Amino acid sequence: MHTIRFLASRIATYLLVVWIGVTIVFFVPRFVPGNPVDAMLGKIMSQGTTMDPVLVETMRKTLTQLFGLEGTLWEQYSSFLQRVLITRDFGPSLSYYPTPVSLLIAKALPWSLGLMLTALLISWTLGNLIGLLAGYHNKSIVSKTIETSAMIVYPIPYYIFALLLVILFAYVWPIFPFVFQVSGTPGTWPWMVSVAYNSVLPLMSIVIVSLGWWIISMKAMAIDIKEEDFVQYARYRGASDNTVMVRYVAQTAILPQITVLALSIGGVFGGSLITEILFGFPGMGSLIYKAILGSDYNLMVGAISISIVAVATATLILDLVYPFIDPRIRYN
Amino acid sequence: MRLVKPRLVVGLVIVSVFFALGFIVPFFAPDDPTGWNTFFRNLPPNEVHIMGTNNLGQDIFWLLTWSIRNSLWIGLTVAGFATVIGVLVGLFSGFMGGAIDRILTLFMDVIIAVPSLPILILISALLGGNGSLVIIAAVLVLFNWPWPGRQARAMSLSLREREFINVAQASGESVPKIIVLEIMPFVIGWALANFINTILVAIAAESGLAIIGLSSLKDATLGTMIYWAMQHQALLLEQWLWILSPILSIMLLFIGLFLVSTGWSDYFATRRGRQ
Repeated sequence: MHTIRFLASRIATYLLVVWIGVTIVFFVPRFVPGNPVDAMLGKIMSQGTTMDPVLVETMRKTLTQLFGLEGTLWEQYSSFLQRVLITRDFGPSLSYYPTPVSLLIAKALPWSLGLMLTALLISWTLGNLIGLLAGYHNKSIVSKTIETSAMIVYPIPYYIFALLLVILFAYVWPIFPFVFQVSGTPGTWPWMVSVAYNSVLPLMSIVIVSLGWWIISMKAMAIDIKEEDFVQYARYRGASDNTVMVRYVAQTAILPQITVLALSIGGVFGGSLITEILFGFPGMGSLIYKAILGSDYNLMVGAISISIVAVATATLILDLVYPFIDPRIRYN
Repeated sequence: MRLVKPRLVVGLVIVSVFFALGFIVPFFAPDDPTGWNTFFRNLPPNEVHIMGTNNLGQDIFWLLTWSIRNSLWIGLTVAGFATVIGVLVGLFSGFMGGAIDRILTLFMDVIIAVPSLPILILISALLGGNGSLVIIAAVLVLFNWPWPGRQARAMSLSLREREFINVAQASGESVPKIIVLEIMPFVIGWALANFINTILVAIAAESGLAIIGLSSLKDATLGTMIYWAMQHQALLLEQWLWILSPILSIMLLFIGLFLVSTGWSDYFATRRGRQ
């Protein structure tokens, strides 16, 4: 019963988040001054040719239709919701005409999710491990040094750290490429090596920074939990130090860390969008950036809507896994 | 207790230095720090230009202080509005309870869960670099008030059951008066930690937009300074001070703000514990 209510409330929140996010994306372009059709026309005309006013008017009509800006606000809104949530069809991209926007997104999204999930997995596992050891042996100097370094890197945004890494490891000591450039045929071994090599800097910039938070929070919890009664009893019972640390302290502290992991997805995704742009990593961030540079309205709105849906869905999946991990929710 | 204090002190020192650099030092600037070709270009650091000049003919030190000023201004404005709105809504929600509380809580949860950076990118992109810092600040307030809101709600929910609140209610005090006079004092210390944290969040978001050229390009902030340095090939020209000074400033400022915010909440918690 408890589980069902938990799941129902999570799914309801998810639907609300997606709906409100998508609604904001719909209304923003309609309230922000500056019309995407004019922007596109301006872009075309700035390329030099003077055009017949009649032709310009025809183009304006075509673009308005292509951008889904025709009809009453309500018609536009319902067709927009349908496109985002059901058909996933955002029309053709103008900078890659006539490639449909959905195809470009389908190519970019796995890269973004791959980068984000790999970074989260590495930093979460490593950070909790280090935090646990540092918290369990919190009197040692190593533990204090670790906490101090974690507190220094944690507040830095990913992209600022990414810039520092680029300057250090792509300019001053050029051992990694500045721009993401993969060689080889997709799926082959050399291609995978090339992807891994190119991903080192973007990945490191996210991992090192988010590592800080997992270390700080895990350490604080481990220090508290190891003084609790049930842990003391385990010690009196003669359980070995490692058993106490893993079976009692770690297992208790890991549950809140999973909740925080779900909450952190949005922030990590947002930060990695900008990191992607800095490195030219072929994910959603770079796709959105290309759309902005090319005034490609369909691509911009499509990629941003799907980003919001993707983040909310990833968070929901983690939320739904949680009851299977937390015995308090499962057995109640 | 022994561990808490140095952290807070180090943080306060770092943050004070930045406040001085941002709000006092710019008054002594010899000229408009953002103007081009005010000075000779590409000068190395010397007595007049302590950090040299860049290839736009700007004095890097004065440009940096001006950027710090604008970045801090965004951070303070956003944090101020977000904290006040959040605390008031949160206290109200928790104090009222019932349906009002459920709706407001759901609303706050949803806003927190909507990824804000893609939406900020969309707004700035449509404004096409003509956006002002005010618009960016307003959007940041919109997405950041629910964090203090949720926390304040939890606090007022537990405070509501306390004896002195019942007494105030029974003696006919109005709801706004109870919230401001009776509950607020308990929340202030925590709200301050949140305020400092929001300064950090807001500056981070603005500089993120700025680095990819989506903030207001007319104004100098730490982020736009990095953007212009990259646009004008500071790396290839090896003008390290131009590009590194804003990057290191952001890192140092954030470490300082983070130390103050965590140091202060620890200090506040121990002080409250002793009462």
